[in-house]
Amino acid sequence: MGGFTGRDVLSISDFSRKDMEVVLKAAKKMVPIARGEKSNRSLEGKILSTLFFEPSTRTRLSFESAMKRLGGDVVAFGPIEASSIVKGETLADTIRMVESYSDAIVIRHPQEGAARLAAEFTERPVINAGDGAGQHPTQTFLDLFTIWNGRGGIDGAKIALVGDLKYGRTVHSLTYALCNFEVDLTFVAPPGLQMPREVVEHVRSQGIPLTITEDLTKVVPELDVLYITRIQRERFPDPQEYAKVAGTYRVDNALLRDTRKGLVVLHPLPRIDEIAPEVDDTPHARYFEQAFNGVPVRMALLSLIFGGAP
Amino acid sequence: MRDLKVTPIKNGTVIDHIPSGMALKVLQVLGISGNVTSTVSVLIHVPSAKRGWKDIVKVEDRELNPKELNTIALIAPDATINIIRNYNVAEKHTVAMPERAVGILRCGNPNCITNSREPVESAFLVRSKSPLRLVCQYCDRELEDVPAHIT
Repeated sequence: MGGFTGRDVLSISDFSRKDMEVVLKAAKKMVPIARGEKSNRSLEGKILSTLFFEPSTRTRLSFESAMKRLGGDVVAFGPIEASSIVKGETLADTIRMVESYSDAIVIRHPQEGAARLAAEFTERPVINAGDGAGQHPTQTFLDLFTIWNGRGGIDGAKIALVGDLKYGRTVHSLTYALCNFEVDLTFVAPPGLQMPREVVEHVRSQGIPLTITEDLTKVVPELDVLYITRIQRERFPDPQEYAKVAGTYRVDNALLRDTRKGLVVLHPLPRIDEIAPEVDDTPHARYFEQAFNGVPVRMALLSLIFGGAP
Repeated sequence: MRDLKVTPIKNGTVIDHIPSGMALKVLQVLGISGNVTSTVSVLIHVPSAKRGWKDIVKVEDRELNPKELNTIALIAPDATINIIRNYNVAEKHTVAMPERAVGILRCGNPNCITNSREPVESAFLVRSKSPLRLVCQYCDRELEDVPAHIT
């Protein structure tokens, strides 16, 4: 689609349902290439800069893999150079410098709004790979893709988001994205970690059926998708407070006994105790596939912004 | 006839119906500080028929641009602007809420990129006019307590 050429990928809210479907379909076509079963050199001669101002091995590797699977190349600076840039140079200057080395820029930065700022200082397309507690749109695309691909569509799905819904940015972005589809949402969180008010208000304003509960067991039998997140220790200054909520929700085979056959269990990983290893061998476990899907989804986005056909 | 605490001005701009206590913030938004060349009168806590109490700002010998004055709608949405010429109200405007507020507010999120030493101005989208809801265009956070974040 011409509409994608040169486009920034900064926030999932910049994309319509139609845009999302273009990406999902393109990602599907990328799967055999991402697996190495098919070869594709459509981005040969293109260079992607990956600017990781904070570490994220998974996201960085999947961008590198995506670019290289399509025949393109990647330039990156390591953590030491990144820290020296952080000390001395403004992000605006770094971006102006990097612009001359590459055709597109991937940025991960500890401050919210960094990717949007970066996009203002370069003509090159900028892809946000996570800015502080803000946006991480390629993660949302891969979550959507895993649901879409796993069920053959998103419409009609009964989806529960479980765990730390207050601080978990992936669940906020995913909620906004899902509001473009005909879904039924359930938010399951312990007290104090519930979905922020503005996200709940947005869901309600879109006329999406919404259930808010603390009880996972009660809602599980009705679900098509169970998306569980880790409760992050670093969010709790007091270890006792953390201990109180950690392990509130745990997906194991006992919990999944009476579920729908096609239930898809997702987790952005890394997991701690949220999903028992015994679940890994069930057909419900899709979280490793979800991690793999980061590659075809990022291939699709790169291909589209470089003007490739969907 | 009412007893006027400040005499009418001959030429200039009168900003009326400012919410009580906001007059100094209005001056701050307009960039009017001590280094002026004409008289600026500030009336705080004046009885108002409409809303109980109000503030008024009078700037002599200067006609402020009504469009520029729209930025004060963020803190004084019901303000009226009177352009005075030879003791008469020559023009009367109400303020209109702008679509965006650029460079006049600081983002309340300390981790927002606009709060670091980057060469950018803050920018907020007006998501709702009443009640006033502003969202940072960089970090997407809603700004709470708008008057406290005037730069």
